[in-house]
Amino acid sequence: MTDIPFLSLAIWIPILGGLLVLATGSDRNAPLARVLALAVSVAGFIVTIPLYTGFDASTSAMQFVELQSWIPRFNINYHLGVDGISVLFLLLNAFITIMVVMAGWQVIQERVAQYMAAFLIMSGLMNGIFSALDGVLFYVFFEASLIPLYLVIGIWGGANRVYAAIKFFLYTLFGSLLMLIALLYLFMESGGSFSILEWHKLPLAIEPQVLIFLAFLVAFGVKVPMWPVHTWLPDAHVEAPTGGSVVLAAIALKLGAYGFLRFSMPIVPDAAHQLAPVVIALSLIAVVYIGFVALVQTDMKKLVAYSSISHMGFVTLGFFMFNQLGIEGALVQMISHGFVSGAMFLCIGVLYDRVHSRQIADYGGVVHTMPKFAAFFMLFAMANSGLPATSGFVGEFMIVLGAVKYNFWVAFAAATTLILGAAYTLWMYKRVVFGKVANSHVAELEDINAREFAFLGILALCVLAMGLYPFPFTEVMHASVDELLRHVAVSKL
Amino acid sequence: MTDMQKLYLLVPLAPLAGAILAGLFGKMIGRAGAHIVTILGVAVAFVASVFIYQDVQAGNTFNGTVYTWMVAGGIKFEVGFLVDALTVMMMLVVTFVSLMVHIYTIGYMSEDPGYQRFFSYISLFTFSMLMLVMSNNFLQLFFGWEAVGLVSYLLIGFWYERPTAIYANLKAFLVNRVGDFGFLLGIGLIAAYAGSLNYAEVFAKAGELASQEMAVTGWSLITAICICLFIGAMGKSAQVPLHVWLPDSMEGPTPISALIHAATMVTAGIFMVARMSPLFELSDVALSFVLVIGATTALFMGFLGIVQNDIKRVVAYSTLSQLGYMTVALGVSAYSAAVFHLMTHAFFKALLFLGAGSVIIGMHHDQDMRNMGGLRKYMPITWITSLLGSLALIGFPFFSGFYSKDSIIEAVHASTIPGAGYALFCVLLGVFVTAFYSFRMYFLVFHGEERFGQAHHGHHGDHDDEEPAADHHHGLAPGQKPHESPWVVTLPLVLLAIPSVVIGFMTIQPMLFGDWFKGVIFVGDNHVGLKELAAHFHGATAMAIHGLQTAPFWLAMGGVGLAWFFYMVRPDIPAAIQRTFKPLYVLLDNKYYFDRFNEVFFAGGSRLLGKGLWKIGDQGVIDGIAVNGTARLVGWIAQISRLFQTGHLYQYAFVMIIGVFVLLTFWSRHG
Repeated sequence: MTDIPFLSLAIWIPILGGLLVLATGSDRNAPLARVLALAVSVAGFIVTIPLYTGFDASTSAMQFVELQSWIPRFNINYHLGVDGISVLFLLLNAFITIMVVMAGWQVIQERVAQYMAAFLIMSGLMNGIFSALDGVLFYVFFEASLIPLYLVIGIWGGANRVYAAIKFFLYTLFGSLLMLIALLYLFMESGGSFSILEWHKLPLAIEPQVLIFLAFLVAFGVKVPMWPVHTWLPDAHVEAPTGGSVVLAAIALKLGAYGFLRFSMPIVPDAAHQLAPVVIALSLIAVVYIGFVALVQTDMKKLVAYSSISHMGFVTLGFFMFNQLGIEGALVQMISHGFVSGAMFLCIGVLYDRVHSRQIADYGGVVHTMPKFAAFFMLFAMANSGLPATSGFVGEFMIVLGAVKYNFWVAFAAATTLILGAAYTLWMYKRVVFGKVANSHVAELEDINAREFAFLGILALCVLAMGLYPFPFTEVMHASVDELLRHVAVSKL
Repeated sequence: MTDMQKLYLLVPLAPLAGAILAGLFGKMIGRAGAHIVTILGVAVAFVASVFIYQDVQAGNTFNGTVYTWMVAGGIKFEVGFLVDALTVMMMLVVTFVSLMVHIYTIGYMSEDPGYQRFFSYISLFTFSMLMLVMSNNFLQLFFGWEAVGLVSYLLIGFWYERPTAIYANLKAFLVNRVGDFGFLLGIGLIAAYAGSLNYAEVFAKAGELASQEMAVTGWSLITAICICLFIGAMGKSAQVPLHVWLPDSMEGPTPISALIHAATMVTAGIFMVARMSPLFELSDVALSFVLVIGATTALFMGFLGIVQNDIKRVVAYSTLSQLGYMTVALGVSAYSAAVFHLMTHAFFKALLFLGAGSVIIGMHHDQDMRNMGGLRKYMPITWITSLLGSLALIGFPFFSGFYSKDSIIEAVHASTIPGAGYALFCVLLGVFVTAFYSFRMYFLVFHGEERFGQAHHGHHGDHDDEEPAADHHHGLAPGQKPHESPWVVTLPLVLLAIPSVVIGFMTIQPMLFGDWFKGVIFVGDNHVGLKELAAHFHGATAMAIHGLQTAPFWLAMGGVGLAWFFYMVRPDIPAAIQRTFKPLYVLLDNKYYFDRFNEVFFAGGSRLLGKGLWKIGDQGVIDGIAVNGTARLVGWIAQISRLFQTGHLYQYAFVMIIGVFVLLTFWSRHG
C-alpha cells in the first residue's frame, strides 16, 4: 500500500483549508475567500481520487489504513481506513463540496469567508466520519459535523432559521447521546477497546444486543431520517440556504445510513436480524406515507425534503433485507441520491435566487424564459422519479428486485414509489415549469448563467453516467458487502 | 465485432445521433439542419434494418451482449441484442413509419417555433423504441419501455403552454407508471426465481417456474409473473382500465399520434407478450385474463368512437379497439396473428392519423368533424389514401386489415380457453362497430355538405378539453376553402397507403402459416392457436374470396351501410337517437366515467390522504405532541424547578434541615 496518507489528507485539507479561508476575514476579501475555497475544495477532491483508483476491489479488508495512538490512557486511537462500503462516500462528499462552493459563489454576499469555511470544515469532518475506525474518533467527527451545519442554517438561513436550527440540533444530539452510551458499553464489554473492528468480533448476549441496537437505531434513524423521527428535516431544508440543503441531503443523511452498516449490523447481528421487520416496516412507512405527504406540499423545498425521506426509506429497506441486491442497491441509492437530491436543491436554489420564493404557486411557465434550466430540471426530476438510464433508477431497481426475493408484499409496497415518486415530482414540475407565464417575475427570469450551467451540467453527466453504466460503482462494493453478509449471518450468541 | 454486429449497433445509434444533434445543437444547425440530420439518421436505420432483414431471412440470427451494465446478487445485468424474425419485423415497421413521420413533420410543424426540439424528440423516440424491440433481456426491455414513455410524455406536452396538454402528459405518464409498477414486480419475480434477466436463460427455465409456488402468497408463480408483466402491457398498450391516457394523448401534435400513439409505442405491450410466449403459454389463467381484458377493450372502446366529434379522437378510440383485437389474439395463443395485426395496423393506422393530420392542416387546425364535409373535392390525395386506410381498418377483403383481423376472429372461434365465447361475441360485434365509426368519420369529413367556413366555433364545447385555450384551434374563416397539403405531407400518405393495401396479402402465408416465426413464438400443444386455421388455409386469394361469405364481412358492410344511411341519407336520425337514448349517450360521452372516477377517487383521494397524513400525522401528532410537547414539558419542568431557586438563604436552610431529618429517619429505620 502507498505511503501517502490519503485519508488524512482528505480530512485535513478541507479543515485546514477552511481555517485558512476563515482567516481571510471580512467581506472586503470576499473574492479571495471564494477563490481560495474553490481551490481547497478541488484539492480536497483530488486527494480522494487515489482512494478509488488505488482501491483493491478484491478484498474486504480495510484499505489506506492509518493507525496512531491518540489518547493511550483509554486506548483511543487515530485509526482510519476505508472499505468498499465507505470509499465512495468520501469521493461523493468531496465532489459535492465543489458544487456547494460554486453554488454559493454569487448568492452569498455576507460573511462569505465564514460561509465557505463552514462548508469546507464540514466536508473534512464528514470524510472523518466515513473513514474513522475508532469509536471515539467516529463520535467526535459525528458530533463536530453538527456544528457547521447548525451554523449554516442558523446564520444564512431563512426567516424561521433559529427554530429550524435548534430543532435540527436537539433532534440529532438526542440521538447521538444514546449512541455514546452504547459506545461506552461496548468499550467496557470489550475490555477497554474502542476499535470498531474489534467490536465486530465481540460476542454479546441478546439482551445487550437489543439495547445497543435500539440506541443505534435512534441515533442513526434520526440522521437518516426514518419515520417517525423525520420532522426536523423539512424544517431544516426549508430554512437552510441552498448549499446547506445540498450538503444536508447529499451527505449528512448518508451518515446515519452508513452507521447502520458500520455499527448496528456487524456489532449486534442477532438483534439486527430480530428487529429487521421493525426497521423494514418503518422504511415502508417512509416510502408510502411520506410519498403521499410529499404530494401535497406547496413549498418546493419541502417537497424535495419529503422526497428525500422517502428515498432514504429505500436505503434502510435495502439494508435490512440482508441480501446482496438489497445492500448494494441501498449503497447505490445513497450515492445517486447524493447527485439527484443535490441537483434538485440546486435547481430550486437557481429559481429562489431569482424570484425569492419557494412556493410552487408563485411559478408557472418557467420554460418560456428559462429553457436551458427547464431541460436540466426535467432530467433531474426524471431521475428523482427513478427513470431508467438515470442514476435514480439503479438503486430502486436493485432494492425492488432484492425485496421480491425477501417478501413479495414488501416489494409490492416499495414499488409504489414508481407511481408516487413520479406523481409528486412531475406534478411539481408541471406547475412550476410548464403552462403559460404565470406572472411578471417569471416573465423577467433570466436563464442560467455559465456558472450555473457548469454545476448543473456536471451533475447531469454524473446522473446519466451512473444510470447508463453503474458497473464501476457496484464493482468496488462486492467484496465488502459479501463479507458483511457473511459476518452478520453468523450468530454472536 | 462482425460487420453484422456493427450494423445492429448502427440501427439504434443513428437515430440517437440525430436526436442529440438536433436537440443540443438545434440553434446552431437550424431548422433545415435539424430535419436533415434526423431524417438521415432514421433513413440509415431503415436501410440497415432492410439489410438485417435479408440476413435474418437467410437464417442468421443473433443473441449477444453489447456491454455489462452491472453485476449484483449473482445476476448479470446486461445491455444486449436479440435479432430474430420478430425483432427484425418490428425494426422494419418502426423505422419505416418513423421515416414517414419524420418527412411528414417537415410539413406539419413548418410554422412551429419548437421545430428542432420536435425532430429531436421523435428521433429519440425511434432510438428508444428500437432498443426496446432489439433487447435480449428484461433490463433493457424496461429501459426502452420507460424511455418511450418519457418521450411520449415530452411529446404529449409538446405545446406546454396548453393546460390540456400538460394535464394529458402527466396523466399519461402516471397511468403508464401504474402499469410499470406491475411490470417491475414481474421482472422482480423473474429475477428472484429464475436468477437471470436474459430471455433465453429465463425461457430455458420456464418449465421449472411453472411448477413452483410463490413464497408467502402461495400463488402459482408463472401466473403471477405473466399477470404482472401483462399489467405493464395494459399500461403501455392502453387496455381497460389503464386505457384512459390514450385519448387524452391526442393533445400532442398529430405526427406523434401516428408514430407513438398508434403505430409503434402502444404496440410495445403486444410485442412484449408475444416475445414472452414461452412463459404465457404455461399459464391458462393468465391467458384468460389477457383474453377478457382484450375483448373488453376491443368492443367497449369501439363504442366510444361512435360519439366522438374530434377527428383525432375517433382514430384514437379506433386504436384502442384495435389494440384490444391484438390482445385478444394473444389470449387465444395466436401470437403471430397478434403481431401480424400489429404490423398491418401500424401502416393503416399511421396512414389514418397522418390523413387526419392533413385534414387538420387543410382545416387550419380545426379538428371538429361537424365543421368539415365534402373535403374530397379539395384534398383528393388525402381523400383517396384515407379511404384506403379506412377499408383496411374495417377489414375489407384483400386489404391488409382483412387478413390480420379475420385470422384473429377465426383463432378466437377455434379457441377453447375460458372466456373465448365472450371474446368471440366482442370481436364480432366490434367489426360492425369499427365499420360504423370509421365510415361515419369518412362520410362526415369527405362527403356531404360543406360545413366549413361558417365560423360556428361556439358549439365546440361538449368536451372540456376543447376550450379555446390555444390559438391552434382557429379553423377556416368564412368563405375560405381547404386546400391539399404540400408534397412532404402527401408523399408519406401514399407511401403508407401501399402497404396498408397489399402487405397482408403478401405476408400472411409466411407470417402466420410458414416458418417465419419458428423458434421465436411458442405455442403449447394444449392450445389451438392458429393450427386449425392453418389446416384450412389455401392461399391469400382463396382466403379473401372465402371472406366474402363470412359473418365478419357482412357485419362490416352493415356498419358501412348504416353509417352511410345515418350520415348521408338521413342526418336527422343520429340526433333523434341521441335524444331517445339519452342516458346511453351520456354514458358514452363521459367515456363510462372512468376519467371522473380516477379524478375523484385516485387523484383526489391521494391528495386527501397526503394532506391528512401531513397535517394530522406529521404536524399534529409527531411535531405537535411528541416534539414540541417534549419541548413544552421540559419548559414546564424548568418553570417549576425555577421556583426552588429563590435565592433566599433561609429557604435553602429550611429545606436542608428537612432533608437531613428525612434521611436520618430513613437510615434509623433501615439501619
